[in-house]
Amino acid sequence: MAIETTETPVRTRRAGAFDIRLVISLLTGVYGVVLTIMGVAFTDQADLDKAAGVNINLWAGIGMVVFTALFVLWAVLRPIRVPVSDGDEIPAE
Amino acid sequence: MHVLAAANLRLDAHAIDYVLLAFYFVLVLGIGYLARKQVSSSIDFFLSGRSLPAWVTGLAFISANLGAIEVMGMSANGAQYGLPTAHYFWIGAIPAMLFLGVVMMPFYYGSKVRSVPEFMRRRFGTGAHLTNGVSFALAQILIAGANLYLLASVVNLLLGWPIWVSIVIAAVIVLAYTALGGLSAAIYNEVLQFFVIVAALVPLTIVGLYKVGGWNGLVDKVTGGPGGSAQLESWPGNQLTGFGSNFLSVLGLVFGLGFVLSFGYWTTNFVEVQRAMASKSMSAAQRTPIIGAFPKMLIPFIVIIPGMIAAVTVTELQGANKEALVAGGSAPSGATFNDALLLLMRDLLPNGVLGVAIAGLLASFMAGMAANLSSFNTVFTYDIWQAYIRKHKPDSYYLNMGRWVTAGATILAIGTAAIASQYSNLMDYLQQLFSFFNAPLFATFILGMFWKRMSPAAAWIGLLSGTASAIVVFLLAETGVWDLPGQGASFIGAGAAFVVDIVVSVAVTTVTKPRPASELAGLVYSLTPKESIQRSTIGEDAGWYRNPGLLAGIVLVLTIVLNIAF
Repeated sequence: MAIETTETPVRTRRAGAFDIRLVISLLTGVYGVVLTIMGVAFTDQADLDKAAGVNINLWAGIGMVVFTALFVLWAVLRPIRVPVSDGDEIPAE
Repeated sequence: MHVLAAANLRLDAHAIDYVLLAFYFVLVLGIGYLARKQVSSSIDFFLSGRSLPAWVTGLAFISANLGAIEVMGMSANGAQYGLPTAHYFWIGAIPAMLFLGVVMMPFYYGSKVRSVPEFMRRRFGTGAHLTNGVSFALAQILIAGANLYLLASVVNLLLGWPIWVSIVIAAVIVLAYTALGGLSAAIYNEVLQFFVIVAALVPLTIVGLYKVGGWNGLVDKVTGGPGGSAQLESWPGNQLTGFGSNFLSVLGLVFGLGFVLSFGYWTTNFVEVQRAMASKSMSAAQRTPIIGAFPKMLIPFIVIIPGMIAAVTVTELQGANKEALVAGGSAPSGATFNDALLLLMRDLLPNGVLGVAIAGLLASFMAGMAANLSSFNTVFTYDIWQAYIRKHKPDSYYLNMGRWVTAGATILAIGTAAIASQYSNLMDYLQQLFSFFNAPLFATFILGMFWKRMSPAAAWIGLLSGTASAIVVFLLAETGVWDLPGQGASFIGAGAAFVVDIVVSVAVTTVTKPRPASELAGLVYSLTPKESIQRSTIGEDAGWYRNPGLLAGIVLVLTIVLNIAF
């Protein structure tokens, strides 16, 4: 694997250049939609009997979609701010 | 392991389950790739450039510990002992996490050390540093191997893949993202893993509770089963400690588990402390373990309760089977309590949610291993290589080094996984042995932080004699010379290690030379200027809800409420 060893004299702080909240939302969003569809369209009596009568795919799916919506809302309302120059954070070497 | 295989654990996974599982792994690798762009120096690689927000490091703090051993082991304990298992979370973790955040973190973060052994080095010099650094590095490799082997054996049972295939695939995935993105990749993945684990266990708990007829149904069934209603109250937990007397049991839980064992683990284990060191300010570092304490309080409900449900609903575990297992024998069905979670998943979850549950389990295994690797490479590179072997190289050298060390550690972990597959008892013993380092370590740290006179010689002699005394107690209990019940032995061993360490350290200090006070600023309480351990209260650290002390108080009150309610 290629390893970058470029020396940058001035350290730029790219704290959170990508937002982990969006990655989490992507995962729970896809899971939520897939499970909801499974729950609505592909659940037979055997599945229901197995899960004690609960359509768990549907409910877990809805739960994850709601969670995703809240997480995206948070990421949109409080986006990551990247400090341009913040001198107090250089660790002692 | 063949006992485990005797019960039929093969899950009926369909294409959709594999698709959900594969999607998770794509994101795991994607995080490694994205995090790589942020790595331009060794501090970026090993400590995430000290730039992460507190909620991220707080969840990673919990997730790093929420590995296979925790999830499977604690649901097994739930099946066997019931609610008293919650002590491992409530009294066995939360007070120590709060203590780490409020009292110890100002020294760790304020002194700008890059690892726990490095703190040891600055405070006590070479002897204690080497003892701590080398034993920690060895332990991480062993535990990473054990995690890897557990992961592979569960994949083998669940999905039927050969063990060595799962070992190599899992090792390559973990290596790929930790070597690319360093600690950031490990931490971001731990946060993702946290949510997948929750998404896997919450539906399982809900369906399980429906199955047994709600909370009341569970209460009725557990009361009627072997173990009885004592499994529904967290105190006094006699079955868990093995002490007959209520008083001794409570004492063992509070001092053995709650004080010595848990403080040793949570406050000095670099795997945990590293997460807090990666946060972006003193305030965020202090909040890391405290924020982590909120989910930690609630995790018992989605880990222990499924275990309890499994013990009363799964055919292979209930009735006569549970009776035989509780008595220490083997169940007629061939199942063990360690299978509780898997059996419950097999019985209750339809395809779809099943895929999420499998992803959650694998996530928890990988979380553990990645945490071991990312802390190992930091300690090895900074504390062994840079400190003793190749000093004064440019930073890019150590960054490169860190990537190679990660690769080397992964290969070693595959090796220790192979050892674990041959000698599973040996691994148990070795892990126990390393846990013996923790109790005296805490004693040395706390003495060293608050007593400026404590000398370097006292530190390493105290550590060694404390560890030795724990080993003596362990051997006496193992060979039956001193008749101690199961968990009680480790509580007493840890207690002995703590007391011996303190006594020896004090005794040695009185006859040896202390370090000059000028070298101890920032490391010892009385010699540290208040400003250097002060957290900021402005900007992103402002507001009452970001006050570590207040948050810790809230957690403490909630934990006490939980202890009274259950």
